[in-house]
Amino acid sequence: MSSFKHTHHAHCESGVMSSLLSYHGLKISEPMVFGISGAINFAYIPFVKMGGMPLVAYRSLPKAIIKSIKKNLKIKMKMETFSSVKKGEKRLDELLKQGRVVGAQGSMYWLEYVPDELSFHFNAHNFIIYKKEKERYFISDPVFAEAVTCSKDSLTKSRFSKGAMAPKGLLYYPLEVPNDIDLKPVIIKSIKKTAKNMLKTPVPIAGLRGMKYLAKSIKKLRLGDKKYAKLFLGNIVRMQEEIGTGGAGFRFMYASFLQEASEIFGKDRVLLEASDMMFEVGDSWREFALVIAKAIKSKKEIDYQMISDMLLKICDEEKKVYEKLLEFKK
Amino acid sequence: MDIDSVPQDNSSTYANMKKALYVKDKNGKVTTAASTGWEVEETVTKQALEDINEHIKEAYQEVKSKKKSTLYYHMYRQRMDLTLLSQATGFFKWRIKRDFEPKVFAKIKESRLKEYCEVLGVSPKEIKELPDEQF
Repeated sequence: MSSFKHTHHAHCESGVMSSLLSYHGLKISEPMVFGISGAINFAYIPFVKMGGMPLVAYRSLPKAIIKSIKKNLKIKMKMETFSSVKKGEKRLDELLKQGRVVGAQGSMYWLEYVPDELSFHFNAHNFIIYKKEKERYFISDPVFAEAVTCSKDSLTKSRFSKGAMAPKGLLYYPLEVPNDIDLKPVIIKSIKKTAKNMLKTPVPIAGLRGMKYLAKSIKKLRLGDKKYAKLFLGNIVRMQEEIGTGGAGFRFMYASFLQEASEIFGKDRVLLEASDMMFEVGDSWREFALVIAKAIKSKKEIDYQMISDMLLKICDEEKKVYEKLLEFKK
Repeated sequence: MDIDSVPQDNSSTYANMKKALYVKDKNGKVTTAASTGWEVEETVTKQALEDINEHIKEAYQEVKSKKKSTLYYHMYRQRMDLTLLSQATGFFKWRIKRDFEPKVFAKIKESRLKEYCEVLGVSPKEIKELPDEQF
């Protein structure tokens, strides 16, 4: 097998999967991984707090990408978690000695190569470990431009960080990867599922309903503490930005997937149109982030109504994309 | 987003890193571009960091004036809060709050202290001390 090459990606989990599969002979782009695993989503969960702020997510749950790629592409993947730190450390060394390239989950906070500005307690970060030399681990972290190295202590602390979404030392690697997969049926299925998921969510906290719910909560901020309101708004944008999503909460990545899918279906017009629409939705999310950033900085009274209305408009715009996607029939 | 509108704001919160973005090139085809930062993002990241630092500062004063145990300071110092610490240790929030009382913390059981140390990544000696800090 050729030597492993680091690639800079926009998001950790889809980036890891794209790199891992490409290394094993299945060339697949990050947006394609993201798209066919149906990772685009929206969720606003006020009763789950992160850093004192309600959870706002623009994609599916952590690990969902790994699991659905495994299932949808029928790839044999081994996923190992460990009951003890010692076992987890030993197993990693064994795998590297066998020449394997492994995906791993860990906390951002304990990784020594993560700069202070990005060092938050987030347990579901993903990266690839591909070599060990002189007690240093060589890591391909998809959201970093270059490959990095890490000490054993730091890596272990990260892999065995406790709390919500605790990684438990998770290591994963493909056992068998077919180098030729017909993506068409997978794309058709995933697009349908995504569109339905977003349009017809059974719970009010996810999909387009989640956006409407958040818009309502923004309006209510007017009645509460001003400092909290600013942190609340800032949190929405921060989650939107969560490492390399281009301020568009994964919308650009999904738009890229749609363009690639259109090519696969012989320049399918519905998909291409949907892709362009989704790029515009991404721009609207960026506009939304800009307005919030200005409001946070400004000393003037915040116009919550306007921000809330803006979100409802994005919701409408996004709805049209999913409706368009339902027109895609193959 | 078009490749020409990729922000290159050299944000301090990027710590000289770059982010990959999916954008359209001049012919409307998807490509990736590296961004050195975006002012909007810098604003919200700084806001979050400032909030954390404010908590650390406040905690420092409260520990210094003996109102709270050193655990309280080390929790914020490691960018945690009560919820995170409770999730990571598996301890009840109300019991952690009791450990924030200097008298209770002084008599803490070794096993419990060890768990705090592990989760916060500090030594048993460090966790009982308040380092000299200038704010």
